[in-house]
Amino acid sequence: MTTIYQALGGEAAVDQAVDIFYRKMLLDARVADYFEDVDMDRQRAKQKAFLTMVMGGPNHYTGKDMRSAHAQLVQRGLNDGHVDVVIEHLGATLKELGASDEQVAAVAALANSVRSDVLGR
Amino acid sequence: MTRLVCDGRELELAPGISVLTALIEAGVKVPNSCRAGACQACLVQVTDGVVPEGAQRGLKDALRAQGYILACQAVPRADLAISLAGAKALELSATLRAVERLGVDMLRVRLLPAEPFPHRAGQFLTLIRQDGLARSYSIASLPAEGAEIELHVRIIPGGRMSGWLASPAGESAAVRVRGPAGECFYTRGRPERSLVLVGVGSGLAPLWGILRDALAAGHHGPIQLWHAARSPERLYFCDELRGIAALHRNFSYRPCALEPGLEPALERGVQIGPIDELLAAAGNSFADSSLFLCGDAEIVQRLKRKVFLLGASLQDIHADAFVGAP
Repeated sequence: MTTIYQALGGEAAVDQAVDIFYRKMLLDARVADYFEDVDMDRQRAKQKAFLTMVMGGPNHYTGKDMRSAHAQLVQRGLNDGHVDVVIEHLGATLKELGASDEQVAAVAALANSVRSDVLGR
Repeated sequence: MTRLVCDGRELELAPGISVLTALIEAGVKVPNSCRAGACQACLVQVTDGVVPEGAQRGLKDALRAQGYILACQAVPRADLAISLAGAKALELSATLRAVERLGVDMLRVRLLPAEPFPHRAGQFLTLIRQDGLARSYSIASLPAEGAEIELHVRIIPGGRMSGWLASPAGESAAVRVRGPAGECFYTRGRPERSLVLVGVGSGLAPLWGILRDALAAGHHGPIQLWHAARSPERLYFCDELRGIAALHRNFSYRPCALEPGLEPALERGVQIGPIDELLAAAGNSFADSSLFLCGDAEIVQRLKRKVFLLGASLQDIHADAFVGAP
């Protein structure tokens, strides 16, 4: 069974996707503040790992990783609305890369599966 | 509290304190400059213990493999042993050969290492005075030009290194250099690619080398070099860059200044305004360009973000952010 990661082109596709996704996040006033003063290359690497994971590619994130990585942001007010924004831009990015509606839904489902960890619930 | 052993001497580190802070407080002399993880002056070698997370950022693979870390970025969570001897052994002797003024607040420093110093145009080195004062500067010369290395040093009011270099005491002085370091250099393989080089102040130094390196390699894609200074008086190498533009049809020189300055004649051909706005207004499609952004850290970070949002791929942006120290 091919993963969406493989179907869309593997790492090369993620490299394309991450720049598109990161741009959308930086241009969105609802979430842009969380990226102030962040090292862009490190942020890109984290987003690449995240995109790889939700596209079904090889990843090593655990629920605990997602939890601790976002704990400080949760303290600064990170909430469901922000996670929704991420999933929205994820979908739009994948559509730009030619993903089908089913593929977008599957990726969104994977992203949703870490929602509680991200928000420390 | 964690234990830090430095060449046999035991120090106690409170949580959150960096190795560099602990060494300085204990009176241990270790070269250091920016304290922000950029200049690599504070290189030390781990001899026992786990390399603290984030302490090797920007170091080339060979140094990482040998356990080198940046003391200012190393915040150990467990006991650690380090030695200063390794970094010292990486230093080369060199002699200052010439120091001349380039425009209002810039020095052109030429030095000659006692041994071969392989490097790529655009990388940087750490200059270490005999008393241990260290500052990092980008290399402006091309390796192909010979063994002498050229640096551009901005004269900073109260600047310890720049003040010394500009004084008679700096003439023909014996110094040490360490390096090279940095990823800001031209790579062959895509000679048709659009290159956009943006230098702020002394950020022109690495670009001066990268530009000539690219042209020498036969780069035929369009090359733009933007040089931004506070005022037109502070621009330098204008004639040299115009000369290169006259010889190479694919190269265009874009001098800029934030403010108009005092001499209208100097403003000829200089665009006035903030560099990020001038760059954005130029109508470049950054999507298929390779960008080199060099100079003051704050401006470079702002430019990096701006060109990324305008379509540049992060992987194709080479940023060399200068973090100064007085």
